[in-house]
Amino acid sequence: MQNINLIVSRYRPTNQFQILRRYKSSFISTLLGLATLIVVTPLFLVLFFLIKEGASSLNLDFFTHVPKPTGELGGGMANAILGSITLMGIACILGVPVGVLGGVYLSEYGNTKVNYWIRFFADILNGVPSIVWGMVVYSILVVPFKTFSAYAGGIALGLIMIPLIIRNTEEVLVLVPQSFREAGLALGIPRWRIVFSIILKTATKGIVTGILVAIARISGETAPLLFTAFGNSFWNHNLAQPIAALPLQIYAYAISPYEDLHHQAWAGALVLMLLILTLNIIVRFLSRDVARNSSYERN
Amino acid sequence: MHEITPKYSYRLDYKKGIQWPDLSFQFLALLGASVILVLIVLVGYELYRTSVLSIHNFGFSFVKNTAWDPVADIYGALPFIYGTLVSSLIAILLAVPLGVATALFLTEIAPNKIRQPLITVIELLASVPSVIYGLWGIFVLVPWMRDFLFPWLKTTLGFLPFFKGPIYGVSMLSGGVIVAIMILPIVTSFSREVLRSVPNLQREAAYALGATHWEVICVAVLSYSKRGLFGAGVIGLGRALGETMAVTMVIGNSPKISASLFAPGYTLASVIANEFAEATTDLYLSSLFELGLVLLVITLIVNGVAQLMLRQLTNGASFKN
Repeated sequence: MQNINLIVSRYRPTNQFQILRRYKSSFISTLLGLATLIVVTPLFLVLFFLIKEGASSLNLDFFTHVPKPTGELGGGMANAILGSITLMGIACILGVPVGVLGGVYLSEYGNTKVNYWIRFFADILNGVPSIVWGMVVYSILVVPFKTFSAYAGGIALGLIMIPLIIRNTEEVLVLVPQSFREAGLALGIPRWRIVFSIILKTATKGIVTGILVAIARISGETAPLLFTAFGNSFWNHNLAQPIAALPLQIYAYAISPYEDLHHQAWAGALVLMLLILTLNIIVRFLSRDVARNSSYERN
Repeated sequence: MHEITPKYSYRLDYKKGIQWPDLSFQFLALLGASVILVLIVLVGYELYRTSVLSIHNFGFSFVKNTAWDPVADIYGALPFIYGTLVSSLIAILLAVPLGVATALFLTEIAPNKIRQPLITVIELLASVPSVIYGLWGIFVLVPWMRDFLFPWLKTTLGFLPFFKGPIYGVSMLSGGVIVAIMILPIVTSFSREVLRSVPNLQREAAYALGATHWEVICVAVLSYSKRGLFGAGVIGLGRALGETMAVTMVIGNSPKISASLFAPGYTLASVIANEFAEATTDLYLSSLFELGLVLLVITLIVNGVAQLMLRQLTNGASFKN
């Protein structure tokens, strides 16, 4: 495409009509560029305000203290940060094995027709609003056990992870050359060993990348936690009890009428965003080699 | 005549010497994959089971009834369905043109040097959580729109019924705008994926005939990818319908149907988020579950249609979310 751009731009028309055509084209190109500018602006605005409002409220207390009772100044979100990590841990325990196994099935065992439908339903599940997951987990875990709990919150997040990880794992596994599998079979290695020792090992980087992407996605999820993990203003080390989470705390503080809590909400949002940015940077770092080896960026 | 195709694929032969560890591992993997189907059924069944009470009580009138009165135990979903559809429609009207334009800029015009950074920025936009958009919406976007955008709209377009009435800030329009910002990355990346599937030969042929960038876009690119771009828009719609947190924080949460976009509204997802934990009676809770069921059915249909459209376009190879 680059060569064509060069040729096109070197051509200098003299005819009025031709000049008009070229002006029209560059006018519309400018409009498209402007649209792009409008699309990317919110990111910078959001980051700017997160830093401006959040950084001033961040201090050591924020990371070491639990929230103060309403009306008192100070306090932090230590319990919410730990709670979020706990919830993500539970989500991974559920989502990672199921997702990776599902991906292995699609790439190593399934047939075309079954795979088509599993992929189709996985993509549909990806589109299910996250609040619906919260409701479903509420009715199968919170109602029978009569309490909101860290387990319920973690499982709701884990269910959201499953379709994401299945799709990604499959995509990474099919990139493993067929000859690797054949070499393994030729040596008489059973298939499950081929999967574990050759295929998964070769694709580890890609699979881990996919898992991190899924974690980044669920780390900011609030809606499914509203009536599963529920939130908590104290330390909680019992996973069968309600637990605090960073996004829940941000939400609760943002809609509260107190100025001080708004500052805390901004600080919490900044921490959450930094966590997500870090995950994104790690993902980029891991997938750099993959992108370098295969040349799919066309144009 | 014998079949002369070599049977090198182990997929055909592996059954001969299969052993129990292999079989059990395959079964385990099958379990992992079938979780997808189990989940689809589970979600639908659970929401149906929990909303049976409300379905029996109100029947079909539930989706036509405009009253939402927990005190009198009367529940109707229409204001929420209206709010969800209107806010999503605003979002789509803003996001699809901008998203497609951005995708066109990225694939057809942008030089390599700025393309990759822009793509990274758009991916990062997609990773900002809903609750952070909501926080930013409450404290930055809504006050700005209340003080500048809405009064301007009122003076210039005030003759339309959509831009009449008092301005509160929190409104259907704010909800639509924040949802538009949130679905822009996904609309853009799906559109880009669609545009990238246009064969380069198409473009080269048009350039060879002396077409300008814009003419190439019209003749070779857009005409080829219309349906795919429509699919990308429908995917965006699916996302918009289910957005919860940011919308709840800026839409005003008032179950009234009003033609004015400056008036507060309420969506299916936000009424669930707000009232679920405090639902006092069984019927109240069951009605909220039925709202969830309505939301699920709408999003499943929209997403199913979008996926089928995109798949048709690429002959089965699917698009990643």
